[in-house]
Amino acid sequence: MKRRDFLKKTIMVVAGASVPLSALDLVDPKEVLAANPDIHWAFLIDTHKCVGCGFCVKACKTENDIPFDAKVTRTWVERYVYTKDDRRYVDSPDGALYGYTESRIDLGQGNFKEIDPANVGKAFFVPKLCNHCETPPCTQVCPVGATYKTDDGVVLVDRSWCIGCGYCIMACPYGARFFHPVEKVADKCTFCYHRITKGLETACVNACPFGAREMCNIRDINEPTTKIIMNQRVGVLKDEFGTRPQAFYIGLAQEVR
Amino acid sequence: MLEQAAHLVVHGEAWTVKELFVLPNEYIYWSIQIVMYPFMTGLVAGAFVLSSLYHVFHVEKLKEIAKFSLVFSFSLLPVAMMPLLLHLQQPFRGINVMMTPHFTSAIAAFGIVFTTYACIVATELWFVYRAYFVTTALELKAKANKGAIDTFRQLLFSVLTLGAWDISKEAQQKDHKACTKMAAIGIPVACFLHGYAGFIFGSVKANALWMTPLMPVIFICSAVVSGIALCILYYVVVQEARKFMARRKLARWAKDPSAPTAEQLEGAKKEEVEITSNYLMYFMIAAITLEILDLIFRGYTQVKSWDILREVIMERDFIKIFVLQYGLGNALPFLMMVLPGRNVRRTTIACALVLFGVFMMRWNVVIGGQAFSLSFAGFMHYHLPIIPHDMETFKEGLFGALTVMTTPFVLFYFLNMIFPAFMVDKEDAQH
Repeated sequence: MKRRDFLKKTIMVVAGASVPLSALDLVDPKEVLAANPDIHWAFLIDTHKCVGCGFCVKACKTENDIPFDAKVTRTWVERYVYTKDDRRYVDSPDGALYGYTESRIDLGQGNFKEIDPANVGKAFFVPKLCNHCETPPCTQVCPVGATYKTDDGVVLVDRSWCIGCGYCIMACPYGARFFHPVEKVADKCTFCYHRITKGLETACVNACPFGAREMCNIRDINEPTTKIIMNQRVGVLKDEFGTRPQAFYIGLAQEVR
Repeated sequence: MLEQAAHLVVHGEAWTVKELFVLPNEYIYWSIQIVMYPFMTGLVAGAFVLSSLYHVFHVEKLKEIAKFSLVFSFSLLPVAMMPLLLHLQQPFRGINVMMTPHFTSAIAAFGIVFTTYACIVATELWFVYRAYFVTTALELKAKANKGAIDTFRQLLFSVLTLGAWDISKEAQQKDHKACTKMAAIGIPVACFLHGYAGFIFGSVKANALWMTPLMPVIFICSAVVSGIALCILYYVVVQEARKFMARRKLARWAKDPSAPTAEQLEGAKKEEVEITSNYLMYFMIAAITLEILDLIFRGYTQVKSWDILREVIMERDFIKIFVLQYGLGNALPFLMMVLPGRNVRRTTIACALVLFGVFMMRWNVVIGGQAFSLSFAGFMHYHLPIIPHDMETFKEGLFGALTVMTTPFVLFYFLNMIFPAFMVDKEDAQH
C-alpha cells in the first residue's frame, strides 16, 4: 500500500468511526451518584408537640450567627388561636424568640388583644422554617445562580456570589428568606448543613425539649422519622404553588398558611 | 455599641410598618428604586417606539420628534439599569449577572435583552448621525487655528465615523435603509425589553397581585404611553427654551442665519405635538383596557387571594389606585386630550399627568404587591424615607429616586453635543 493511500484510508476510518463514537457517553460515577443520591434530607414537625417555648429559634440564631436582636430569623413559631365566635388570631412576636409567655395576641404597631380563655375554641403552635422544596422557586429566579440545591436536597446560598437583589426573597411563598443584617446577602435556613453532613442533628432539633422537630434521610426507609412521613397522614405548606416542600407536618390545620 | 446596633437594623425595617399578622422575615424589600426601574425602562422603550414611528412606518411629520426621541431614548438607556444597581445589597457584584447568567431567572435574561437593545439603539443612532460625524470631522480638519477643544472634537468625531468616510448619496441611502432595518428590529426588542420587566413581576408566583400573565403586556402598553408622554413633555420644554434663545438671539441664533426662527419653532412644535398626542391616546386606550380587564378578572374569578387583594385595592390603596392612578393619571388627561379645542399647553399638562399616572401604576404594582403578608392575614405599609440618615435611606429614599429621575436629562445635555437632536438635514433646509 502506498503511503498516500494509507493516509487517505486512515482519515476515512477515523472520521467514520468518530460519528458513532460521539454518541457514546462516558459515565462519571459522581454523576450517577448525584442522580440517585443515597441521602435526601427531610424535616418533620409535629404540631401537637410544640408548646411555643422558642428554644429552637434561640438555638438557631446562636448556631448560625444571626444577630440575636435582628428582626429576622431562619426559623420561627406561629401561634394560632380560634375563638368560639369563629374568629382567628395569629401572631409570632420576634418569631417567638423569647417564647410565648403572654396570653394576649400581638396585633402589630404596639396593639394587643386579650382573649378570654373561656372563649378559646382551639389554639396551637406551628414551627416554620425553609421547606427546602423539591422545585424551589428561589433557585429558579436567582439571576447569578448564587442560591442552589445540593444533591442531597438542601437549598443553600453562596454568600460570596449573591448580589443582594432580593428576587429569591420575593419568590419564596413561605417568607423563609431575608437579608442577613451583617453579610448583606440573602439568607435562610440551611438545615444546619454544617452539622448534618457530620452526622449531627440540626440546632433546632437538638434544642427542642418535646421532640416536635425531627430530621431524617427520606431515602432510608428504616429510619423512624422516614417511616412516619411514609406511613402517617402528613401535610405540607402551600401545596398549590407546586414547590413540593420537604418539610412535613403532623396535625397541620387547613387554616395554617 | 452604636455600630453593633446599626448592624441589627435589617434591610427594609427602616421603612416598613407591620400590621396584624405578618411573617417575621417579611418587609417591603423592593422599595422606590424598584418602582423607578420599570418606570425608567418603560420610558426608554416608549421613546424608542415613538422614534420608530418615523423610521419604520415613515410618518414623515414626526421626523423631528423622532430624531429627538431617539437621542433621548439613548440618554435614558443607562438610567434603566441605575435603580437596579442602587437597590442591590452588593452593588459591586452587579456585573455577576452578565458573567454568570442563570438562564431560568427573568432578571438574568433581562440583562441580555437590555444589552441587545442598547446595541440596536447605538447602531441606529450611528446610521442616523454618520454623515454628520464625517462632515463635522472634515470641517474641523480643514479649520485653521484649532484650539484644544476643536482638536478633541475632531478626534472624537473621527473615531465616531468608525472609518466609514463615504458620504455620497448612495452611501447615505444605504445608511437610511440600514437605519430602517435596525428600527424595525428594535421595536420588538423594545417591547420584549419591557415585557421582560413585566415578566419579572408577573412570574413571581408567591405574590398574588403580581402573578398574572397579563403583566408583561400591561407593562409594554404603559411603557409606550409613558415614553411618548415624556418625549412630548420634554420636546415642548426644549422647544420653548429654543424659542426663548431665538428671540434673544442667544447661542447659535447669534451667528447662524439659517437657524430656525421662533415662529418656525412654534409651528413645528404645534404639529409634532398634535400628531404625537394622537398616538399617545391610542396606546393609553390599550393600557387602561388591559389594566381594568385584569382587575375585573380578579374580582370575577375570586380565587383564594381575592379577599386580601380586595382589601388592599378597594380600601387601603383606594386613593392611590382609583383617585391618583386611574382618575388623575388616566381619565383626566384622556378627557383633556379628547375634548375639542386641544392645544399644546393642554396636551403638555395632560402628558405630565399621564407620566404621573404611569408612575403611580408602577408604585401600586411594586409597593401594592408587598402591602399584604404572605400569611394573607396582615399588612405592611411603606414609608418612603425622605431625609436620608445613612446610605440605605438615601439610595432607597426620595433623593435616590430624584437622582435617577434627573440623570437622563443631564446625559441628554451632553449627548446632544455629539448627536444634535434638532439637527436639520441640508436637503430639508433647502426645501
